[in-house]
Amino acid sequence: MKNRELTLNIFRYDPNIPGREPYMQPYSLQETEGMTIFIALNQIRENQDPSLKFDFVCRAAICGSCGMLVNGRPRLACKTLTRDLPEVITLMPLPVFKLIGDLSVDTGSWFRQLSIKTGAWVHSDKSFNPNCQEERMSNETALKIYEAERCIECGCCIAGCATANIRDDFLGAAGLYKIARFMVDPRDERPEEKYFDVVSSEEGVFGCLGLMACEDNCPMELPLQVQLAYVRRKMALIGFRV
Amino acid sequence: MNTIVTDVLIIGAGLAGERTAIEAANQGLDVIILSLVPPRRSHSTAAQGGMQAALGNCAMGRGDNPSIHFEDTVKGSDWGCDQDVARLFCETAPTAVRQMAYWGVPWNRVAAGRKRLPGGQEIYELKEYEGLITARNFGGTAKWRACYTADGTGHTIQYTLDSIVIKLGIKVHDRMEALRLIHNGDKCMGVVARCLRTGKLYTYISKSTVLATGGCGRLYGASTNAVINEGSGMFLALETELVPLGNMEAIQFHPTGLVPVWILITEGARGDGGYLLDKNHHRFMPDYEPKKKELASRDVVARRMIMHMRKGYGVESPYGPHLWLDIRHLGEKHINTNLREIANICRNFAGIDPVNELIPVRPTQHYSMGGVRTNINGAVYGIKGLFACGEAACWDLHGFNRLGGNSLAETIVSGMIVGKKAAEYTLGTELTYSYQQVNNHYNIVRQKIKNIIGGKLNKKRHENVFELKNIMEDVLMKHVGIFRNGKDLLKAVNALQELYHRSRNISLRSSGTGASPELGLALRLPGMIKLALCVAYGALKRTESRGSHYREDYPRRDDKNWLKRTLAYWPEEKDLPCLKYEPVKITEIPPGDRGYGESPGKGGTS
Repeated sequence: MKNRELTLNIFRYDPNIPGREPYMQPYSLQETEGMTIFIALNQIRENQDPSLKFDFVCRAAICGSCGMLVNGRPRLACKTLTRDLPEVITLMPLPVFKLIGDLSVDTGSWFRQLSIKTGAWVHSDKSFNPNCQEERMSNETALKIYEAERCIECGCCIAGCATANIRDDFLGAAGLYKIARFMVDPRDERPEEKYFDVVSSEEGVFGCLGLMACEDNCPMELPLQVQLAYVRRKMALIGFRV
Repeated sequence: MNTIVTDVLIIGAGLAGERTAIEAANQGLDVIILSLVPPRRSHSTAAQGGMQAALGNCAMGRGDNPSIHFEDTVKGSDWGCDQDVARLFCETAPTAVRQMAYWGVPWNRVAAGRKRLPGGQEIYELKEYEGLITARNFGGTAKWRACYTADGTGHTIQYTLDSIVIKLGIKVHDRMEALRLIHNGDKCMGVVARCLRTGKLYTYISKSTVLATGGCGRLYGASTNAVINEGSGMFLALETELVPLGNMEAIQFHPTGLVPVWILITEGARGDGGYLLDKNHHRFMPDYEPKKKELASRDVVARRMIMHMRKGYGVESPYGPHLWLDIRHLGEKHINTNLREIANICRNFAGIDPVNELIPVRPTQHYSMGGVRTNINGAVYGIKGLFACGEAACWDLHGFNRLGGNSLAETIVSGMIVGKKAAEYTLGTELTYSYQQVNNHYNIVRQKIKNIIGGKLNKKRHENVFELKNIMEDVLMKHVGIFRNGKDLLKAVNALQELYHRSRNISLRSSGTGASPELGLALRLPGMIKLALCVAYGALKRTESRGSHYREDYPRRDDKNWLKRTLAYWPEEKDLPCLKYEPVKITEIPPGDRGYGESPGKGGTS
C-alpha cells in the first residue's frame, strides 16, 4: 500500500482566551501503516504543534476519553484507522458537551451529573456483613447486568442524538442504558415506580425520536435501542397502573 | 493563591484512590480526590482479567484458602515481598471481593454441572456452590482464584466503586494535576496542583494526603499502560528528599502485549487455555516449563519467550521479532463472550480476528512492583501525614514479581486498609500549617513554570521536551529490559544522567499559556527521568537475579547478599539516587525453590 499524504483539518479554540474566535487549522501528515487518529494527533503535537489539546488515556477503546467528530461522525479516535478515511480528515470536538479546548470536551462532568440525577448506584437497605458468604446470584443474571454495564461513557451516542442536541436535560441513550442496568439488578431494591419521574417524560424515554443514530454511533456496539425499548415498556406498564 | 482545605486529600481516582476515599469518608471525614482524568477513565478500568481472592467456590478452586494464596504470592515474589503484608492482604481479599459484590459488581458466578476444559479435562461444578462467585485460572497460582466479570473486571469494579463515591457525595476534582507536595520537613500538608482545564494553580491543604497515582509504565517506550501512567506520585514523594522509593528496579513485563501497539492481551487468554506458538507454529512453553506451561509466573514466561526468540524462533516483522498467541481452539462462542474485549482489540487495532487468526505478541512493560515505600499501614517512610497505596506504593506485596490478579486485589484491599489507617491518623491530628511554608512551595512551582515558559533568553540550549522523553523511553527499552547486564545498565545510567541535565534546559515550542499540554509534560519530565534513574541504577547495583530482575551476568538469586529491599532517595542537586537497603521481612516461609519456572532443566526445542 502506498502511504498517502493526509490533511487533517482540526478545530481550534481556547475558551479561556477572551475575544479569540474558533477556527479550523490544517496539518499535513505522512500516513503510516496501521495509523490511527491517536497516532496522528500525537505526531502532530510532537512535531508540529505542541499546543494542540485532545484527550487520550487507555488508547485501547476501553476508557471512553477520546470521543470526537471524525468527518462529522462521533467516533473513538483511538480506534479509528486513517486507512478507512479519505485523504482529508476533519476533526471537531463532540457537540452537546462543554468545550475545554480544541478537541477536548468535558464528558466527565456530564456523565457525573447523569449518575447523580438517576441515582446510578445499587439502592439497598441491607448492610454488608463481612463474616457472611456473598448473596447468591445466577450466572445468567450476572452476565445480564454486565451486558447492561458495558457503556464506557464516551458520549458518542449523546453527541449524535437529535434530542440531546436540542434539550439540555435529555438523558440520552447512555442515560437510559444506565437506568436499565440498575433495573435488571436484583440487588437494587428500588420499585419501578421510583424511576417513573425521571424516565417517563420528555427528558427520558419519551424524548427519543427513534432516529437510532445512538446505536449506529456506539463504539461498543451496545444494543441501545433494545434497552431503550425495555425501559419504555416498563414505564408504559407503570403508566397504565398509576 | 486559590486554596482549598480538607481533612483527607487523595491523589488519584483509580481503584486504590476511590476505595481509600470511601473508607475515609465512612469515618465522617471530609475527603477530596484529585485526578488527572474523570475517575471512570482511570487506567484501572483497563484491567480485563481478574482479582485474586481465595473463595474456593469453583471446582478448580476447591480447597483454596488464604494460606495457599499467601504461599503463591510469596513464591511469586521470589521471596522479595513483606510477608506480614502478604498475609494481611490474602486474609482480607475474600471480604474485599464480597463487599464489591454487595456494592454491585456483577461477578461471574458458579453454574453447576459438568464442563470440559480446552485441554480436555472434565470438571464438575457442585450444586451447593451454585450462584457463588466463581474464579478463573491465572499464572503462578495453585488454584483457580481470579474472580472476574467476563472480560471487563476493572471496568465493573471501577464503575461500582465510583457509584459509591457519587452516592456518598465525595468530591472529585478531575483534570487537576498535583505538582508538588507541601511539607515542612516533618509533616505533609497537601499539594500544589495545576488545573488542566485552565492552567491555574491551586493549593490544597489537608490533614493527611494519600498518593494513589498508579504506576510509571510510560517511562518505557513499549508499555501496556495508559498514557497517563507516568509515575507522578512516585516522583512527588521522591522530590521531598525525605521519602524513599522501594525496589524501583522490579519492573514486570507482561508476556502478551499486542504487536505493535502494545495494548494488553489479558492473561485470561492463557488462563482460559490459549497457547504460545513460535514461527513454526510449535507450542514451545511445555518444552521449558512442562508443568505450568503458558501459566508459569509472568517473569518466567516473558523470559522464556525472549530466549526462544533469541534462538531464532521468533516471527520476523517490521516491528522486530514476535511470537503468536493462539486462542482459536477456544471456539467462537467463548472468544466472543468471555474474551470479547481481546477479540475487539485484535480486530480494531491489528485487523485480526482471533477466532480464525493468530495474535502477534511480545513481552511488554506492564507493572512496577516498586513505588513509594510505606509500612504495613500505608504510612510513607520519612514524613508524617503522607500515605500511599495501589501500584504507586511499595508496602511490598509483590516483591520482585507480581502474580496476575494480585494488582486489582491490591487496589481494593490496600484501599480498605490504608483508608482506615489514614482516617485514624487524620482523626487524631490537627490541621496545622504556616502560610509562609505553603507559600514557599507554591512559589517554587510558580518559579519552575516561569523558568520553562519565560526562561528562553537565559538558556544556552533549548531542549525539546518530546525529544528528551523519546530518548528516555528508548534507553530503558534497550538497556533496562527483561535481560539485563552490568555493561548495558551502566550505559543506561550514563545516558539518563546526561538526559537529566538536559531536562533542566527545556524550552517550549508553544506559548505554554493556559492548560498547555506541552507545559504539563515539561513539568513532569525531570521527575520521570529521576524515576528512570532509580530503575536503572537500582538494577545496576543489584548483582543477582530475582523475579523479574534478571541479570545475565548474575543469573542466580543471592539470598546471602540480596535478600533486601532497595530504597532510593534523591538528594536535591544530585543527578543520581542515593541507594540504601533494608532487610526483607520473612515470617512464615523461608526462601526456597519457586517450584515452577527457572527449573534447572534448560528445556528448549530441538
